[in-house]
Amino acid sequence: MSTSGGMCDVSFSVNGATRTVRVYPMERLLDVLRNQLGFTGAKEGCGEGECGSCSVLMDGELVNSCLVPALQANGAQIVTIEGLAEGPRLHTLQKAFLDCGGAQCGICTPGMILASYYLLMRKPSPTVEDIREALSGNLCRCTGYMQIFESVAEAAKQSQTGK
Amino acid sequence: MKSNNIVGASVPRKEGRDKVTGKAVYIDDMSMPGMLHGATVRSSVPRARITGITLGSGVAWDEFVIVYAKDIPGKNCIALITEEQPCLADGVVNHPEEPILLLAHPNRHLLFKAMQAVQIEYEPLPAVFTIDDSERQDPIIWGTDNVFKRFLIEKGDVDSVWSKADYIIESEYTTGAQEQLYIENNGVIASFDADTGLTLWGSLQCPYYVHRALKTLCGLPEHKVRVVQTETGGAFGGKEEYPSIIAGHAALLAMKSGRPVKIIYDRMEDMAATTKRHPSRTRHRTAVSRDGKILGGEIEFVIDGGAYTTLSPVVLSRGTIHAGGPYHWPNIRIRAKAVATNAPPHGAFRGFGAPQSLFAMERHMDRIAATVGISPVEVRQRNFLRPGQSTTTDQIIDEPIDLDRLLGRGLDLADYEAKRRQFSVQNKSSRLKRGIGVATFLHGAGFTGSGERYLASEVALEGCADGTVRILVSSTEFGQGTNTVLCQVAAETLGLPYEDVAIAPPDTSNVPNSGPTVASRTVMVVGKLVQSAAEGLRQTLLASGLAAGYSRQQFRDACSKYVAEHGALKSWAKYQAPPGVFWDDEKYRGEAYAAYSWAVYIAQVAVDLSTYSVTVEDFVALQEVGKVLHPLLSRGQITGGVAQGIGYALYEKVAWEKGRMQNGQMTNYIMPTSADLPDIRVYFEELGNEHGAFGAKGIGELPMDGPAPAIVNAVEDALGIPFNSVPLLPEDIFSAVSAAESSASQELPQGVR
Amino acid sequence: MRSDPVDFELVAPGSLPAVLSLLAERPGKWLPIAGGTDVMVQYAAGKLTNRSLVSLWKLPELRRIEVSDDELRIGATTTYTDLRQHEITRDELPLLVNAAAWTGGIANQNRGTLGGNIVNASPAADSLPALLVYDAELILASVRGERRVPYGSFHIGYRKTILAADELVKAVCIRRQFRGFFSFSRKVGPRNAQAISKVCVAALARMKGEIVEDVRIAMGSVAPVPLRMEKTERVILGNALDAVTLQRARLAAMDEVQPIDDIRSTVAYRRAVCGNLVEEFLAKLAASPTNS
Repeated sequence: MSTSGGMCDVSFSVNGATRTVRVYPMERLLDVLRNQLGFTGAKEGCGEGECGSCSVLMDGELVNSCLVPALQANGAQIVTIEGLAEGPRLHTLQKAFLDCGGAQCGICTPGMILASYYLLMRKPSPTVEDIREALSGNLCRCTGYMQIFESVAEAAKQSQTGK
Repeated sequence: MKSNNIVGASVPRKEGRDKVTGKAVYIDDMSMPGMLHGATVRSSVPRARITGITLGSGVAWDEFVIVYAKDIPGKNCIALITEEQPCLADGVVNHPEEPILLLAHPNRHLLFKAMQAVQIEYEPLPAVFTIDDSERQDPIIWGTDNVFKRFLIEKGDVDSVWSKADYIIESEYTTGAQEQLYIENNGVIASFDADTGLTLWGSLQCPYYVHRALKTLCGLPEHKVRVVQTETGGAFGGKEEYPSIIAGHAALLAMKSGRPVKIIYDRMEDMAATTKRHPSRTRHRTAVSRDGKILGGEIEFVIDGGAYTTLSPVVLSRGTIHAGGPYHWPNIRIRAKAVATNAPPHGAFRGFGAPQSLFAMERHMDRIAATVGISPVEVRQRNFLRPGQSTTTDQIIDEPIDLDRLLGRGLDLADYEAKRRQFSVQNKSSRLKRGIGVATFLHGAGFTGSGERYLASEVALEGCADGTVRILVSSTEFGQGTNTVLCQVAAETLGLPYEDVAIAPPDTSNVPNSGPTVASRTVMVVGKLVQSAAEGLRQTLLASGLAAGYSRQQFRDACSKYVAEHGALKSWAKYQAPPGVFWDDEKYRGEAYAAYSWAVYIAQVAVDLSTYSVTVEDFVALQEVGKVLHPLLSRGQITGGVAQGIGYALYEKVAWEKGRMQNGQMTNYIMPTSADLPDIRVYFEELGNEHGAFGAKGIGELPMDGPAPAIVNAVEDALGIPFNSVPLLPEDIFSAVSAAESSASQELPQGVR
Repeated sequence: MRSDPVDFELVAPGSLPAVLSLLAERPGKWLPIAGGTDVMVQYAAGKLTNRSLVSLWKLPELRRIEVSDDELRIGATTTYTDLRQHEITRDELPLLVNAAAWTGGIANQNRGTLGGNIVNASPAADSLPALLVYDAELILASVRGERRVPYGSFHIGYRKTILAADELVKAVCIRRQFRGFFSFSRKVGPRNAQAISKVCVAALARMKGEIVEDVRIAMGSVAPVPLRMEKTERVILGNALDAVTLQRARLAAMDEVQPIDDIRSTVAYRRAVCGNLVEEFLAKLAASPTNS
């Protein structure tokens, strides 16, 4: 990682592909992903780590990318919403969100799906309470959460039965 | 034509795939070559004369585009109902955060520093911050008396009822401001070119509202302004009239610089500067008979409109018309007014005046019940409107709605009677006090009275060269399902697969004005027009040789053929007011709405007397909505609206200090998380509606009306203490409980409070 | 985003000694940043006055939980998720683990650190009352060496600590002496998740027959610093849990706290809730199966 005139090169993988960017170290990971790398799925809803719309996975952990300085992402594996589908094949969660009405205006949806993905990675058969807690850092103003919980439960069920 | 069963089925959301894959393009995902970033320098005081504006040192001002009020090419106003609200303050400010000047620069990061370096000198003027302050009329901050608008509704002979009353019950109810809190902040991009004119992309509900405002502000003819709605991340009314302001700012900067300009608010700016739900104060004085029947009454309904007129007269209208609830008032006088204060103008938010007046009405019904000594259920049963009776505006209820039965069904679903008995026993020995409360209400769909006639909405359906059909409307999608439902309606009408119908992006250069996407009118009014236009399209093709009972392929071939031969295939429909629907704007009497939806909401709460906090443990939302066109979307509307209603009741407080919101961050403005909400149980009934597409009435705003009164009624049931204000916070409950305790001054058993 | 990244520098020296050297070189210049869940919020709001930051993220010396027979040593950049997932902390330090579960949503728990919470020194911080009742000790490190201080002495005023300008919190040490204690913790906030507390309490007790042999109570958001409720403890210690003790404890607690009116709540409410929480703790202690 070289530095010059305040900027530095930061390398990390996004959805499996290594990217190197020249950034100021205190640029927010959210802004680097969106503005330099074109991964606009992560959104800024609050800029203070409250709404979860900027959530991504960093080294397998769900994080709010608006609170991560770019330098700290050096060497990390990042997964964004754009990494979930395999070409035209949607991830089970994405399909469930469509089938069960988990997305209305869609702005919280990328973060919400990643938070759900993170939950199902660690708890493949979550209870409603598990889902409620796992998503408590992702704010949705449209749905009242009911159909989001049902989407996650459906995805869990689909994954168990192997679709 | 055979039914495809598209209407009534939960077909896939048209833009759903893009939303779950992160491909949906919201305004901040867009960028243009040479684009500048814009920002607004705003007033830091509530009311003052501006005596000086200085661009401070330490900033390379020559790199910035700067727009002042004097630079405005057209009229310095945000055209809405009136042209009174300035786009940029010109010598005087009337609210904190009022826009004064605009800046743009290629580097977004330099804007904030530049804004800090603008020094504005003010000569403060006395200001007004509450309804009470405003009524004192000292100072006068607007017009001659601080009143934007008044309404008077009179029915029967109210002055004669007092002497006949066994009870006269008076009370006052207040509701606070509420922030829409769409998760996507306001944002636009404007681009100007002397030849083609101005183009504005943005997160918005009403492209034609913005179009009109930009024409006037920029001094451009109609065909030189183009407004395009981008994928919108939530709106709830907060992007009904407000976007005209941010659009105006971007447009002015784009015109001055000749470069595209993007303005995106961050959360702090959006919360502090944009519209909120109108705070309200309602006073009831009701004459009631011994057995709890309303003989008549007076209602005074007042809303705080903030510093400029904007939409306050319309919010006032809806609140006034709904003030009497779903009850029969043989005699009534409703005096309503919208008053001015020195706060950023309050505006549209789902419900639009009805949540405020219905909160008061439903709390008052419980008050009447308690005074007379009957149950909250009985008092409602004894006063419900019945078919053939007339509302407060003399509109005859001519559909077979049976509110008694609806209430009965709601009570069963909520297990109301059993729970009430159970709680009254359990509460005696528990620190957790449970209660259950009811709200029954109505919500009129569409614009009030002659509003729809005035809107004269138009819709077009286009047959495309490839044989598919495209809907052209200015109605916007912002999560509620516009795209999906209108396509369902067209597909069902035409007997086509849902996949063969699409909807064009709302772009004023391409779509007719089907009216704003507000007032729960899209499915009902615009849907009906889509139905008509589809029917017209079908007739055209049938007349041109398409066989009746056609297959999908036959339709496609006929459509392609028609387009090849005639160049285009377009069918129009324009709103016609239903015959026999009359509204008198002077007397405020008549058919206020083409259709009402009806609802029973029941909330179960637990109040924890160690923390005084209220948890909603169960919620039943039962509503009659004409027809459910899409079960999943409809249910999603109700659960989302109820969640906002729970926020309105228990969590969402705007902390005001001299007209400015102090808690403008998500950390401090508290909306419910997934951990705060119960299962919201949703049930529908369908009576049909001759005026709406496939019998639908509106449902978008209805769910906002019931939760607050149902919850506060439940809290009173739990504690035996009446609360008459929302938001109801633990601190308020604590104050009331300790006041009640000290006046009772009894020794309470240990461990029990 | 109200800050310009151009105005800030962030370095990641990659080892603890390198970080300490940097801090020693120019004391007060470099602000350590771990998961950033506080610092980055200030930064985005345009309120971060330190322009030079040094990253502690990924320093292996700091993100670890060491278990020995008599103590747990929790590295300063141990995250809340780490605390929630570690078998021993879950088993033996329930107050701390509960506090970790309250702090923000999952994404913030994955990045928020115990050391960050301590150094940020907000009186509303969720995990600090737990550290007070667990009699935690802090290891403070600098180029001059390490010192071990009782956590109770760390906060000396509103957002002021005894940390020297060239010093870092390296670890939090808690003796493994609380197995078998009754524990009680509760956070009272404006909602059930993602909330800054209005009042929070962490409490431990051990009974000997009918008598309270050991009791520790600490509260957050009720004073300029996290508050160990020593006066309240003295009213309870050595007594039976009868109605008189509970009432006296409630009144002592209400008297001992120094709450303020702020954007989140009021003096009167906070004071009353403090009394209620202490009473709730004692009532639950009295009813608990360990109490026999």
